Amino acid sequence: MTEPQKEYWRWEEYHRVLSEGNWKNKDLITAGVDVGSVGSKATIMIDGEVYSWAVRRTGSNSPDSAQKVFDWALENTGLKPGDIKYTVGTGYGRVNVPMANKAITEIACHAKGANYIWGPSVRTILDVGGQDIKAIHCDETGRVTSFLMNDKCAAGTGRGMEVFADLLKIPIEDIGKASLNVEEEPPPVSCTCVAFAKTEAIGLLRKGWTKEKVLAAYTRAMAVRMANLVNRVGLEKEFVITGGQSKNVGIVSRVETILGVKTLPSPNWREGGLDPMLAGAIGAASLAKSLYLKSKGT
Amino acid sequence: MIVHYGYVDGSGEYFIVVDTDRCNGCEKCVQQCPQHALELVTEFIDLEDKTVVAVTEEHRKKILYTCAECNPAENMTPCIVACEKGAIRCIWKPL
Repeated sequence: MTEPQKEYWRWEEYHRVLSEGNWKNKDLITAGVDVGSVGSKATIMIDGEVYSWAVRRTGSNSPDSAQKVFDWALENTGLKPGDIKYTVGTGYGRVNVPMANKAITEIACHAKGANYIWGPSVRTILDVGGQDIKAIHCDETGRVTSFLMNDKCAAGTGRGMEVFADLLKIPIEDIGKASLNVEEEPPPVSCTCVAFAKTEAIGLLRKGWTKEKVLAAYTRAMAVRMANLVNRVGLEKEFVITGGQSKNVGIVSRVETILGVKTLPSPNWREGGLDPMLAGAIGAASLAKSLYLKSKGT
Repeated sequence: MIVHYGYVDGSGEYFIVVDTDRCNGCEKCVQQCPQHALELVTEFIDLEDKTVVAVTEEHRKKILYTCAECNPAENMTPCIVACEKGAIRCIWKPL
């Protein structure tokens, strides 16, 4: 019997409740659902503080993905959907979030979320999602001052990394570390287009390059591209990376080197800290609170 | 808020830039665009919905070709000329 083929691109889905049962009926409970092209994220907030969340892969059906991630964020919280006063949907699939009271573009949500995770000092945000890259500059309240989104192609995005994980047979969680396992940094691949880069990568492997070296060359090319976008909106030293690729140490360290700026330290999401992938969902839940209060005239 | 529509690719940097604080949603630029590449959208700014101009999703990914005929490098495209508020400009830097 042959072993089922391993899916190296598969990243970890999970959900978390920060502290069970510490909400009361009079608390204001809001939710943010961020349906991305690759990952769906939901966050539940109590009086503007994160209470629980869930992260899972987006399926082919956006409303279904939104519902599943929302239900998962509520699991083991004791909360019912009816307890939630206001829900904001955001992300690529925001118009298809069935339980949302309002859909808001990622522009406003991401900066608000980064402001919550890292505090008011954050000024420059690079969000590397599944199929696009966003560069944002904001003020101390999380209000966006400059925004840029590059969704021309999958180059330099999470989806591109998934393709490489599969091609090189390296689990996606290890891909960042593997890309740093080279004696010296190879020149970046000439083309960041996923389709062409894949062909180029196969060529380099045939020439005898190690998997790590090929990965380093591709990661480097992606990092150069991201750094360009960051410079366009305005780089300040209070700089953070959000989205799935914030977990890719190969990307983060190279972007830092190219820009000459260290990112602000991220919470350790594996040990209960807030996940940088949640920025959009946290921002959405936070704006949901403001919108609810505004609708009540307070 | 300054919103950049466009991209950086191997051939250079190409963006149509909208200042949403200046834009009043008058739609004159939308009417002047020969490529129908502009539209009014709702942006959420300071807890309010505001109607402002944006480049359509279709054209964001091919802005180099869409805007080439209007000579964006000179910043004198019909949309820029039509805007009384000075809310639109181009960043056009071929390598």
